[in-house]
Amino acid sequence: MALLTVDKLNLNFAGLQVIKDLSFSVEQGSIASLIGPNGAGKTSVFNCLTGFYKPGSGRIDFDGRAITRQRPHRITRRGMARTFQNLRLFKSMTVLENVMSGMHCRTRAGAIGAILRTGSQRREEREIREFCESCLEFVGILGEKDRVASNLSYGTQRRVEWARALATRPRLLLLDEPAAGLNFDEKQRLIGLIKRIRDELDITVLLIEHDMGLVMKVSEMITVIDYGRKIAEGNAQQVQSNPKVIEAYLGREEDEEP
Amino acid sequence: MTSPDSISGAANQADGSGGPLGWLESQRNRLIVLSVMAAAAMLLPLIANNYVLEVMSNVWFYVMLCLGLNIVVGYAGLLDLGYAAFFAVGAYTTGILTSQFGVNFWLTIPAAVLFSCVAGIVIGGPTLRLRSDYLAIVTLGFGEIVRIIARNLEITGGASGLIGIEKPSIFGFEISQIAHFYYVFLILAVLACFVSYRLQHSRLGRAWQYVREDEDAAEAMGIDRVAVKLYAYVIGAIFGGIAGCFFAAKMTAISPETFTFQQSVLILLGVVLGGMGKIPGVIVGAFALVLFPEVFRDLGSSRILVFAIVMLVIMLYRPEGIWPAKKS
Ligand SMILES: Nc1ncnc2c1ncn2[C@@H]1O[C@H](COP(=O)(O)OP(=O)(O)OP(=O)(O)O)[C@@H](O)[C@H]1O
Ligand SMILES: [Mg+2]
Repeated sequence: MALLTVDKLNLNFAGLQVIKDLSFSVEQGSIASLIGPNGAGKTSVFNCLTGFYKPGSGRIDFDGRAITRQRPHRITRRGMARTFQNLRLFKSMTVLENVMSGMHCRTRAGAIGAILRTGSQRREEREIREFCESCLEFVGILGEKDRVASNLSYGTQRRVEWARALATRPRLLLLDEPAAGLNFDEKQRLIGLIKRIRDELDITVLLIEHDMGLVMKVSEMITVIDYGRKIAEGNAQQVQSNPKVIEAYLGREEDEEP
Repeated sequence: MTSPDSISGAANQADGSGGPLGWLESQRNRLIVLSVMAAAAMLLPLIANNYVLEVMSNVWFYVMLCLGLNIVVGYAGLLDLGYAAFFAVGAYTTGILTSQFGVNFWLTIPAAVLFSCVAGIVIGGPTLRLRSDYLAIVTLGFGEIVRIIARNLEITGGASGLIGIEKPSIFGFEISQIAHFYYVFLILAVLACFVSYRLQHSRLGRAWQYVREDEDAAEAMGIDRVAVKLYAYVIGAIFGGIAGCFFAAKMTAISPETFTFQQSVLILLGVVLGGMGKIPGVIVGAFALVLFPEVFRDLGSSRILVFAIVMLVIMLYRPEGIWPAKKS
């Protein structure tokens, strides 16, 4: 069953067509990838899915319901979480506080509860803390929980983003270039982590990634786009041998990262 | 268990770069300072004359107003240039209800809370959806509109305002002397600190900080930024409204000229001067706001100029406010 279905999505920016008639779907419980050369429109697709961009036309169904053009926080509440290509942490806050932001939409205490410190408010705060600590443990940085986010190494900051996204208790996790800026070791651990997210937490994963080795290793389904249009789709082997994909990548080799 | 000494020792070591207030990081030192200040604040009416009590009541009053605006500006990061409007809503609610309808003072407080809330939602609801710069303009306009309405309606007493507002009494004891009001405003200030602290360290307080630091990331984490900002705006409005009720009761007369744009700017100044988002900073700011003109009374009218210069210097050298930032 498809958890996410994108149907004939179109997105324009002042005449520039960034996404053209894009349709694809992500199966419940799978690990899928969205790849394509620089500027192909991958991040824009994520922004449409999560409500940050309003597509000109097309339809997005998530978990059996239309989420097209809904506001971002509603989509997150529905169970879709994302990370950003360029880190977007709450820089002056601690790691734990950053992750706690994810639990906001799963909890409800308001002003009165906070002022009176009611029993249910205190219980909820404890639950938030415990769950967020478990998320930090899952990505392996529980020891850093009290450090301020901006003081962390790049690799650790990335993990804070993953933990923060996991803390929203998503059904679908969108990772935008999670391996960018990571060293070899960190990439190996990322592969393990993505698999554990799916296997242990039962979360479907859709990732954008330029590191082809990583993509081929983890993904069960790959969608390739170029100039906002889908050019190929399939498993690692099918995609790797597809002449259109080879052309899209080789034709613009100078754009690729070393 | 560790002894108190080793705790404070460790804390002192931990912040070698702590600056002049580093020693306040220690829990024990902080408690000592707090209790000394609380005792001083409580015992003041025994030794001070009426002038000092008048000034200090005013300080506590501005502490409450500044803490209320701090929720909007400091916590949620919204620029509100018309905060005096909520202060006016509270003051006029009490003024009108007691002087013209004979309502008991204490019953006017819930009414003022309701009206501030409604005003907050009416103004904040539509504007908080827009980019934050719009809020500054809309609140500025709102502040002026409230003042102009108060000037022109009959029920608000027009330009001359309302007089003969009843002094409140509690269990048959009339709150009438300045020493009584000193305690009333001290209690209000302490309550305002307490509520601010609890809000800051809660789910809602964190949400304000997320939205202030990165609105998009906060939205992506499932936080409704409009709702969260509206919450801050309305809670700030309620602070202002309640402060206004007690202001009216103390003055027994109010006029529209109390609630000018200048008043809004003054309150904002207290928040920014001491350090936005930091409760002790805002308290320091409120003190500076009230005490500076009093201390330099001898300078005559040029004291406002001196005040402005001091302010500029502080903002240039400490853009984060007087109170030092928390270290990581
Ligand atoms: N907000 C925007 N306004 C105008 N143009 C935009 C906007 N966002 C994206 N674009 C354009 O859309 C195109 C696709 O951008 P996008 O960021 O989606 O690509 P990408 O596939 O994620 O690339 P990369 O691999 O470099 O991250 C680019 O030409 C970009 O300039
Ligand atoms: Mg991108």
